[in-house]
Amino acid sequence: MLIGVPRETASGEKRVATVPEVVGKLIKLGFSVAVESGAGAAANFSDEDYRAAGAEVLPGAADVWGRADVVFKVRPPTLDEVGLLREGATLIGFVWPAQHPELMQALQARRATVLAIDCLPRQLSRAQKMDALSSMAGISGYRAVVEAANAFGRFFNGQITAAGKIPPAKVFIAGAGVAGLAAIGTAANLGAVVRANDTRAEVADQVVSLGGEFVKVDYEEEGSGGGGYAKVMSEGFQVAQREMYARETKDADIVITTALIPGKPAPRLITAEMVQTMKPGSVIVDLAAEQGGNCELTVPGEAVVRHGVTIIGYTDLVSRLAKQSSTLYSNNLLRMTEDLCKAKDGNVVVNFEDDAIRGLTVIKAGELTWPAPPPKLPAAPAKPKAAAAPITAPKGHGHGAGEPMSATTLAVVFGIGAVLFLLVGLYAPAAFLAHFTVFVLACFVGYMVVWNVTPSLHTPLMSVTNAISSIIAIGALVQVAPPLSDSVVDRPNVLILGLAVFALALTAVNMFGGFAVTRRMLAMFRK
Amino acid sequence: MTSSLATVSYIGATILFILSLGGLAHPESARRGNLFGIVGMTIAVLATVLGPQVTSAGIPWIVGALAVGGAIGLIAAKKVQMTQMPELVALMHSLVGLAACLVGFASYVDTSAVFPTAAEKAIHEVEIYVGIFIGAVTFSGSLIAFGKLSGKIGGKPLLLPARHVLNLVGLLVVIWFGRGFLNAHDIHAGMTPLLVMTVIALLFGIHMVMAIGGADMPVVVSMLNSYSGWAAAATGFMLSNDLLIVVGALVGSSGAILSYIMCRAMNRNFISVIAGGFGSGAGAPAAASGAGEPQGEVTPISAVDTAELLREAKSVVIVPGYGMAVAQAQHVVCEIVNKLRQSGVKVRFGIHPVAGRMPGHMNVLLAEAKVPYDIVLEMDEINDDFSDTDVAMVIGANDIVNPAAQEDPGSPIAGMPVLEVWKAKTSIVMKRSMASGYAGVDNPLFYKENNRMLFGDARKMLDEVLGALSA
Repeated sequence: MLIGVPRETASGEKRVATVPEVVGKLIKLGFSVAVESGAGAAANFSDEDYRAAGAEVLPGAADVWGRADVVFKVRPPTLDEVGLLREGATLIGFVWPAQHPELMQALQARRATVLAIDCLPRQLSRAQKMDALSSMAGISGYRAVVEAANAFGRFFNGQITAAGKIPPAKVFIAGAGVAGLAAIGTAANLGAVVRANDTRAEVADQVVSLGGEFVKVDYEEEGSGGGGYAKVMSEGFQVAQREMYARETKDADIVITTALIPGKPAPRLITAEMVQTMKPGSVIVDLAAEQGGNCELTVPGEAVVRHGVTIIGYTDLVSRLAKQSSTLYSNNLLRMTEDLCKAKDGNVVVNFEDDAIRGLTVIKAGELTWPAPPPKLPAAPAKPKAAAAPITAPKGHGHGAGEPMSATTLAVVFGIGAVLFLLVGLYAPAAFLAHFTVFVLACFVGYMVVWNVTPSLHTPLMSVTNAISSIIAIGALVQVAPPLSDSVVDRPNVLILGLAVFALALTAVNMFGGFAVTRRMLAMFRK
Repeated sequence: MTSSLATVSYIGATILFILSLGGLAHPESARRGNLFGIVGMTIAVLATVLGPQVTSAGIPWIVGALAVGGAIGLIAAKKVQMTQMPELVALMHSLVGLAACLVGFASYVDTSAVFPTAAEKAIHEVEIYVGIFIGAVTFSGSLIAFGKLSGKIGGKPLLLPARHVLNLVGLLVVIWFGRGFLNAHDIHAGMTPLLVMTVIALLFGIHMVMAIGGADMPVVVSMLNSYSGWAAAATGFMLSNDLLIVVGALVGSSGAILSYIMCRAMNRNFISVIAGGFGSGAGAPAAASGAGEPQGEVTPISAVDTAELLREAKSVVIVPGYGMAVAQAQHVVCEIVNKLRQSGVKVRFGIHPVAGRMPGHMNVLLAEAKVPYDIVLEMDEINDDFSDTDVAMVIGANDIVNPAAQEDPGSPIAGMPVLEVWKAKTSIVMKRSMASGYAGVDNPLFYKENNRMLFGDARKMLDEVLGALSA
């Protein structure tokens, strides 16, 4: 299959979806690669580099779009570009399906298969290698510090020199996601004093590990939403949070805000009043500018000075590091391609069994498949069926991997069951049938209940069922001293008593021992 | 207490037992599940003792028996080590089996039971016969399983010549004497066939478990668990007691499902496990040797180097097996894990469904050592992650990490799902020597380029690793 890499047409976009280094690896996977002339120019990759790596360089965008079986993009394509896309081709790149309904319709009309890298189920650890959102966020975090340093009139690190003492810059970072953490690391490495906050308390350790200090909001609430994002917090929390932000911004020389909530405008963290309290010459870098900004005074795409504070709202921070971001992005795409082409034969297979691929695929051959059902979490409680997938399993050797029984097997099972029931119905007396009903139903209840038991509790299950099976004590109990009518003769009372008492003692061992040992075992299971 | 009240109490007890099993779906609710079981059992016993079927003359006997047996049970439960759980469970199954036998005999010699029709009398006698049969098989089978698990009897399968014929003949004899038993005029005449059948059932139980290899023990233990339930159900039929029937059926089906899960985890057919001997149902096991002989050399590693590897890794997966249980190494493993986690290494456990000698054995051991259960993952959950793992450490396991199961169709364990440790950057196998596992299959994993062997007693070696990590 031919992979096409057109030039990015969005204004200010300097990235390219595939770098020459990755071209060679794609060819090894069995693909051929065509690049639009000048696609990598803004990221300092020349057409010559691509040719040397084995790619074909085509003069115009129409050629690339028209010939490629798979198109690698960075930004979502324009409607014009979709018009160039070959019918039934595959498109891989950022799509943001929720924000671009008309684009989705156009792509469906082209019967395309679309993998949106922004729809990756990020909570799958296996998917991290293709997480372009993370790799891009890391770059913007780094660049944010560089931009801040550029606009800031002082050193970051504290020094004591012959010319006088220089205090270290104080950096406050709001939001410790991937971008925030990258910013923390970069600023700390430059020597600044870094403080950071996030609504998700569990990132505190990560902040500390990068050399930052975690600032807590004085309010109890856990803010982890799905997919590694934060969620919207309660009113009381927000008040406490505003107070904390007012305190921190007043104290800081540089504020970098990275707070985003998926599908919502960016939260307003820094108000105009807070900006007024900052020292003149301070810098705010707002990484959420594109979603409206975390700071009230941010102008998206520009750097402005308000109340003596430089407020940077660039939306192209990633493009400002085009070579780095193109390299990381194309590596993300390469990892995805490897998963799409397990056979290494140059053919893309969209396998919906794979949770990561399922999440990525927003359109499959013209069919809308977005949003994907949530993938099962890696730490989710174990499925009761130890669903095995023996590829080489010999036929007729054990049952299959939980697939439903074939129709013939089912028919045979039902047939045998019917015959047995018929026999029982024909010959058994009524008293027996009552018990038989109870027995069969109980078997089914047991069957249903036990499938739900998690495999890690199989040993406690056995010991508890073992304890429960000492219910046989009831049998011994009723034999110990039953109320006898006078008509009964030559009942060997002593023998029966002896047998029953002995049986009772045996089951008592089981009963007490079984429950006690289960209790002991279960007490050990802890999170 | 009236008979209706006793019946209602039985229904309550039944519901509690079902809730008890249902509670085991998750560790959080499992403790309550156990409590439900205790309450249910208390209700059942009290309702019977206070009910119309027991007169006050029997109370001292009952209290005495419960006190003696209960004390023994509680002491055993307190003393037992977690590594000995399989033995304890097997031993307890044998008690249920024996009790079922005794109740059966007592019921047979009891002349107080009156039957209105001949058919009902016949059915009652069939129930006694079957109940004693299952009870006896459970009893002797569990005793042998106990012997094998505790090492008192060798783990190798004992394969008598013509064992299938032997079993078949035994079954025919049992049926033949069953006819004689049903046709007997009085209790004395019936006693002979009943005793003969019991002896055959005992031999049958011994033979069945003797023929099963050590690696198949999880199946056997859960199967005997199932039998003890069926024995209780049969006793219930015998005594016309619905509570016994229900609980017996619950336990029986629970054990049966466990056996099925275990069999599937080994890609073995249930029948071929029961019929005994490895590979007997799967064709020619000998085909593997010769052609599949692994080539190459093993690379040993020292404990210090192991510690170094672990410390430098980002992600570690530990695969424990029976060897860890034997060496009682779970506590040291836990300390190593804590140490690694403190220094930021991502450590997880990968548990094969049949690791150890009974279902869930490894989970219990790790829980005992206070390993948090959310880092203990099942085979299916962890297998995909091995390619992103730096070090996979195998402690006393062999067959469950054998790549031959996937790569060599001629291998006796072909098709058995295994933990794919060889996909990790480095795998370390801790073993006493190069001896093969219970399945008697050589393991090509040991010869892989990215595999290192840490020879020696697991406990001692892990202590050294821990020492090196702390240094």
